[in-house]
Amino acid sequence: MPSLGADMDAGTLVEWLVRAGDTVHRGDPMAVVDTDKSAIEVESFDDGVVEALLVEPGTRVAVGTPLARLVAVGMTVAAPEQSAAPAAASRPAPSPGQVVVPAPSPGPVVVPVGGRPGGRVSPYARRLARELGVDLDRVSGSGADGAVHAEDVLAARATTTEQVPDSPAVEEPVALESSAPPARSARSARRETIAALMSRAKREIPHYYVATTVDLHALTEWLRRTNRERSVAERIVPAAAVLKAAALAARRHPGLNGFWVDDAFVPAPEVHLGVAVHVRDGALVAPAIHRTADLSLPEVMAALRDLVSRARAGRLRRAEMADPTLTVTDLGDQGVEEVIGVIYPPQVALLGVGRVVERPWAVDGLLGVRPTVRLTLSGDHRATDGATGARFLTTLDELLQHPEEL
Amino acid sequence: MTITREQARDVVERAVRRIVPDADVASVGDDADLRAAFELDSLDFLSFVELLATETGVRIDEDDYPELTTATGCTDLLVRRAG
Repeated sequence: MPSLGADMDAGTLVEWLVRAGDTVHRGDPMAVVDTDKSAIEVESFDDGVVEALLVEPGTRVAVGTPLARLVAVGMTVAAPEQSAAPAAASRPAPSPGQVVVPAPSPGPVVVPVGGRPGGRVSPYARRLARELGVDLDRVSGSGADGAVHAEDVLAARATTTEQVPDSPAVEEPVALESSAPPARSARSARRETIAALMSRAKREIPHYYVATTVDLHALTEWLRRTNRERSVAERIVPAAAVLKAAALAARRHPGLNGFWVDDAFVPAPEVHLGVAVHVRDGALVAPAIHRTADLSLPEVMAALRDLVSRARAGRLRRAEMADPTLTVTDLGDQGVEEVIGVIYPPQVALLGVGRVVERPWAVDGLLGVRPTVRLTLSGDHRATDGATGARFLTTLDELLQHPEEL
Repeated sequence: MTITREQARDVVERAVRRIVPDADVASVGDDADLRAAFELDSLDFLSFVELLATETGVRIDEDDYPELTTATGCTDLLVRRAG
């Protein structure tokens, strides 16, 4: 079980994407793991053949617990400890006592691989089923190819409850391991994770805040003109342009792009902009768009759409969760004009983006009406001072006045 | 390709459900603000417009977005453009 975030110490194996005997390559998705934040795809750390899956779906195990055993291609005999992929990426190997996974029983391990017969289950349905204690094998899917949606789970739950009205087992989360308190739902676990991280941020990080209002006339006019030439799928939304500009600004002000580790600032060599995404069941994740500053604006737009849709489908990749160097939270779609955000430790800054609002605006001594956006930088005062944050925002403003260069 | 109001309405409903699987379009009414009712952000809305355009072959520009606020508005536009 890899660590998928600085604050993660256990995860639930939701589903195997491979089965024993499959050949996998480094980077291939192997399993879906539910952390307390979201469901994430875990990739193989090596090339090889899957010899055994060591953890059954639904089991919650500590970080560092081996999930599967790989053998090098061509080897047919088990080579113990050959490669425990995916093992912890950035953590030391677990001490023997730390391994909480039950001893793998060779027979049943293979049976659940590949998921339920007949169709897929939406991540929301899966989560709901676990929270409500509904057995997914007994749910018939109404979606295409028998895919199970949330409503099917709710319907199944209604039926089950009728049949066993007094059974307390119905309300028990089925998938949590016995070591976890049974009443603790996945949703409240997610809240606890966010609570722990944000408490740490407010306890340890002396935040400072600087803010400015930026005229988006040039950007919106340029987007209106260029989007006419683009197919719907390729159209660019203002939020993507703000992301690209923020990445370029972060490159020019490297003191805001990196991590506070062991009482010192460690600059990140690349800008991997984290994007705060609200998942529909109330979870909040902030995965990274890798090398944001090096991507063209259409590439940033495509990456943003891809990232958000995968975040909502519970299909983020490990590296995306671990890598953000500076996070942007855009709550404009929620209608607010200003976001004064909390920094994600160990990052040292966070950019809050509000709604695009038409405001009276003085241009060349005359009053006009312009689309504007409120940008707020939260900075870690241990790493930088307000002046650095102010320069960052000034650069960001300048970049947004020349959208054709983004 | 012409489409009936009923077909257009159906396209709208399916497009919403592709983005919000649990959405019950009928329950919010044809004149409700779709973005507000189903908490569609700008990326969701773009996907919604994309689905409307690909399902019907109708060209939809950003200038049309204000008309796409409600299910009725969407239906009107699709019927008019497809006809």
